[in-house]
Amino acid sequence: MSAPLLELTNVSRHFGGVRAVQNVSARIEAGEIVGLIGPNGAGKTTLVNVITGAHRATGGEIHFMGERVTNQKPYQAARRGLSRTFQIVQPFPSMTVRENVAAGALFAGKAISRRAAMDAAEAHLNFVGLGKLVDAPASTLTLPNRKRLELAKSLAMRPRMLLLDEVNAGLNLSEIDEALRLIREIAAQGVTIIIIEHLMKVVLGLSQRILVLHHGELTAEGAPEDILEDERVIEAYLGDRFAKRRQGAQS
Amino acid sequence: MSAFIGGKNLGLTIVLGVVAVLIALPFIGDNYLVRLATFLCLFSALALGWNFIGGYAGYPSFATAAFYGLGAYVGALLQNAGTPMPLAWLGAGLGCAIFAAALGPTLLRLKGHYFAVGSIAIVEIMRLLASIFADFTGGGMGLNVPILRGGPDFAGMVFLYAMLAVAAAAFLTTLAVDRGRLGFGLRCIQQNEDAANMLGVDVNAYKTAAFVLSAIFCGLAGAIYASWVAYIDPTDVFSILLTLKVPVMVLLGGAGGAYGPLVGVVAFMAMEELIWSNFLELHHGVLGVIIVILVFFLPGGLLKLRWPQILGRFRAGGDAKSEAKAAAE
Ligand SMILES: Nc1ncnc2c1ncn2[C@@H]1O[C@H](COP(=O)(O)OP(=O)(O)OP(=O)(O)O)[C@@H](O)[C@H]1O
Ligand SMILES: [Mg+2]
Repeated sequence: MSAPLLELTNVSRHFGGVRAVQNVSARIEAGEIVGLIGPNGAGKTTLVNVITGAHRATGGEIHFMGERVTNQKPYQAARRGLSRTFQIVQPFPSMTVRENVAAGALFAGKAISRRAAMDAAEAHLNFVGLGKLVDAPASTLTLPNRKRLELAKSLAMRPRMLLLDEVNAGLNLSEIDEALRLIREIAAQGVTIIIIEHLMKVVLGLSQRILVLHHGELTAEGAPEDILEDERVIEAYLGDRFAKRRQGAQS
Repeated sequence: MSAFIGGKNLGLTIVLGVVAVLIALPFIGDNYLVRLATFLCLFSALALGWNFIGGYAGYPSFATAAFYGLGAYVGALLQNAGTPMPLAWLGAGLGCAIFAAALGPTLLRLKGHYFAVGSIAIVEIMRLLASIFADFTGGGMGLNVPILRGGPDFAGMVFLYAMLAVAAAAFLTTLAVDRGRLGFGLRCIQQNEDAANMLGVDVNAYKTAAFVLSAIFCGLAGAIYASWVAYIDPTDVFSILLTLKVPVMVLLGGAGGAYGPLVGVVAFMAMEELIWSNFLELHHGVLGVIIVILVFFLPGGLLKLRWPQILGRFRAGGDAKSEAKAAAE
């Protein structure tokens, strides 16, 4: 069996007494779309932060493309092809939309010059539907457009793996459909995707495999249909009384 | 990037014009003007130097006088040890670059106020060190530097041209940085350092590069200053006033471009000259007043003002008055 694209081995991250991520082990193969779900505070964002170097791991190992990358710096993650979107979008407010994306192309996407980066930026902005706003200051964008900008920025980095942290939060139904179409297209280009999402419909429809985090631990893993049936997942989302009642009804 | 009225070419034309006048000045002006011009170039070099770290990277550095003073002392000591003057200056620039490269990675981990306080502390520490190691630096008694032979007019010309060369080098470096990868990365850092890091900018290397550039130009200016005045002491070159004045000049003109710092230096020095010659006792209040004006009225500096609109409003005001007059008649 060949090495997976991303391999997590007993990864932990604690904040003082809070075990935000606890002993998580997982393998993500190249080309997969993996959903990462779990209730609020389960540790999803923290796990993304540890993978991309924004936080140091308290314990465990991370390998990306066979290389040990535990506690890499964020810029190293970016250059290795690990790119992420922020749950709370982080533009460069007084730069134009095009410059925001060009930065990704120049510093992580290996664009050879600022000129080339600007051109690449324009293509990515057209792709996410911001082609008409390239010269607007990023601070003037609406929330849905900021999310699109976030996506264009990540794409400009030419990632091998894209970690999407709630890119759909705050979008309406038609905007979500549009976002899903984009994500499928990105995946079709060969980018491996980990998607964090609260809307079950979205994750289940998109993902080939689901990882469930609860209190920082990986409690379940499997195909979307199986996950829906899993007691631990129901317990995590709806509370253990509901799960017990269900169990009682089944026996 | 520059919001100069009429665009970049006008800015460049004005700069080239001023440079031509400065080159001609020793032949057409008196000693007072040459001296003033030398200070203009000195502060331009310091302001453009500060702009790399303070403007582009957005780190509020008060380390200017640390580099300036270190440059002055290294240059003076090298000259006293028999090094030819121009080589002593280059040695001072190199020394400051090494100092900033060693200090940067630690100091630049501090953010905002902490960085500001940390950087001003460096100036104080350097001043103390220069005072304590009296055997080496002359301590509070100061340090004499060999006087340039050839008479005051010749010396005036040499030091004006030397300062002008440093200011010009700082300006050209700024233009290159502004257009290149470094300037873009620094602007990303200034806007959102974490996001820049996530986007592939090696933030520590970039910030340190800006700090080193800043140190080189401030150090060169300091070394030339030491040769020019032929005597330095710790309070003169590790000066808190200087360390405050330079960022105020840059902010007055507009930080983070090639032209803002120059506009700021000219505006500041013009104000200083005006007040200095007319109300001597008010002189010390100038810096304070400018800081207050900057904070409340000019957050983006003079260059970021919307000049066309302001001029337009004056014109509109005039029109309104004449219309009112016409109506009254
Ligand atoms: N920087 C931090 N300092 C201290 N505690 C933190 C920090 N970041 C996260 N935590 C804690 O770690 C736990 C996991 O938080 P995290 O943001 O990873 O959850 P999440 O699954 O992304 O939640 P959500 O669905 O609300 O986004 C929470 O208890 C949170 O309070
Ligand atoms: Mg989260």
